[in-house]
Amino acid sequence: MNASHQEVAAMLRATLSTRARPPQASPVANILAFAWRALLKIKHVPEQLFDAVITPIMFTVMFTYIFGGALAGSPREYLQFLLPGIMVQTVVFASMYTGVTLNTDLSKGIYDRFRSLPIWHLSPIVGAMFGDFLRYTLSSGIVVLVGLLMGYRPETGVAGVLVSIALLNLCTFGFGWIFTTLGVALRTPGSVMTFGWLFLMPMTFASNVFVDSSTMPAWLKAFVDVNPVALLVTALRGILDGTGTARSVGMALIAPAVVTLVCAPIALTLYKRKR
Amino acid sequence: MSHPDFAIEAEGLVKHFGKTKAVDGVDLRVRNGTVYGVLGPNGAGKTTTVRLLATLLDPDAGRATVLGHDLRTEAHAVRARISLTGQFASVDEDLTGLENLMLLAKLQGFKGRDAKRRAGELLGAFDLEEAADKQIKTFSGGMRRRLDIAASLVVTPDLLFLDEPTTGLDPRSRNQVWAIVRALVADGTTVLLTTQYLEEADQLADRIAVIDHGHVIAEGTSGELKASVGSGTLRVNVRDPADRERAGLFLKDRLGADAHFEDEASALSLQVSDTGRAARAMAEMTEAGIGVGGFSLGQPSLDEVFFALTGHAAEETPAEDEPGRKKRKGKGS
Repeated sequence: MNASHQEVAAMLRATLSTRARPPQASPVANILAFAWRALLKIKHVPEQLFDAVITPIMFTVMFTYIFGGALAGSPREYLQFLLPGIMVQTVVFASMYTGVTLNTDLSKGIYDRFRSLPIWHLSPIVGAMFGDFLRYTLSSGIVVLVGLLMGYRPETGVAGVLVSIALLNLCTFGFGWIFTTLGVALRTPGSVMTFGWLFLMPMTFASNVFVDSSTMPAWLKAFVDVNPVALLVTALRGILDGTGTARSVGMALIAPAVVTLVCAPIALTLYKRKR
Repeated sequence: MSHPDFAIEAEGLVKHFGKTKAVDGVDLRVRNGTVYGVLGPNGAGKTTTVRLLATLLDPDAGRATVLGHDLRTEAHAVRARISLTGQFASVDEDLTGLENLMLLAKLQGFKGRDAKRRAGELLGAFDLEEAADKQIKTFSGGMRRRLDIAASLVVTPDLLFLDEPTTGLDPRSRNQVWAIVRALVADGTTVLLTTQYLEEADQLADRIAVIDHGHVIAEGTSGELKASVGSGTLRVNVRDPADRERAGLFLKDRLGADAHFEDEASALSLQVSDTGRAARAMAEMTEAGIGVGGFSLGQPSLDEVFFALTGHAAEETPAEDEPGRKKRKGKGS
């Protein structure tokens, strides 16, 4: 503080006396402001992308070469099967961070400030979701890129990849409400992680991400056949292989739709409840 | 119902968290354009009171108007005219100073370039220009607090809540915050600040509410509060330290109170209830041949007032909730 007290006081006066207030921002402007915040956070905390970037590369490379020969005759053959599954697993894992980030925010004073502003009260949550879409797209894009370098060839080309990423984004947005709910309901980011993994592990591994369910025992196969993550993987495989049907896409959308209808009202009510 | 002269009128505000009666019937009237101090120890209910008045909590009972708007039915209108600087940094640690202020400017309706200009003005006024492009997590405590307050002034509010604005700050940063508060008030903003520092309330506040266990236990100007305790303190320096004992006995005889011998060998003090009698006793003591180097008749300090009102000191339990921001949920302080 080099300036003298009087100077500081004068500057303060000048800055504060501009009482002109711009017209209140619209809900859309509020959402855009929070989306901007999400982008800035990605820029300043690249560590959070680490999970979204390194894990998928590791999984794709590791599983292709470890299991490839044994499961599909060659790594190349296996990659054709595995890649859509890894895309789903990666993005579903990434969706957990939505809840963790929200919980971290809520435990800090910054949400008090947001809540004391004349803004649309749900705009912080909706704005953050736009940042999530960017993360999801980045993650799945990287998986596809690594796959292409390793020899993966989608039958339906660029269009197939774009449609599959869009479907993946949409379904993960739906599943994401589970973590948003956990993020609002639980006390610490750590417990959001713990609950999140408890849910994600069986959902992603007891699925058809790595192998087809036909060789599994009947009880497990019965679970995998209705596992929403597996249904999403099936839909993505169909889209990328050119064998997809409207039915498989429809099946993949059921669970995310149900989760949204059930969890979104709970999450938003919990969020609105003043604490 | 609301009176145009008052920025805040609260009656019987109650907020319980489970069995904790955080706020248990608080009445407040804060005149426009003044600084109002809410003084009390940790856990007295200060933060909960602020959170109620800033529309972050709904009261269990009672009513309040803030800037003429009913707190329950017109919360949005209240939010448009108030600002809150919470006890814990209410800025985004990951973002830079400039980005934080721009985010808040955008949320308050400034568009792209205007948002940046306004953020720049505030950084300049709060002496944070060098920190514009640094992330908040690298800021010192004083810088953080100034940014936090700047973030509340993107649009100059009619009423600003400052919850313990100087807790944990070094004296220089504290003086900076005080200067900011004075500049704000000079400009016409009403400020309600909570503090556990008696000196801060004494320095800044036009009126003070002393709050303990969720109740307002005393209210008035700092002078009134001091006077309400009733007694003042007579401090005497005798010319010859050898006379001190005799002076003590003499004054005890005249004023009926025990003299307290200070560390300084010539100094003694005693509590008096009648200042006129104290002045006469001093004259008589000089006539009796006890040389007096000087004496003063002072009001009790706010510390003494707080002690007299509550039976315990104001600044207690420091270790438990220094800025750590753990105790967020549940009970406020």
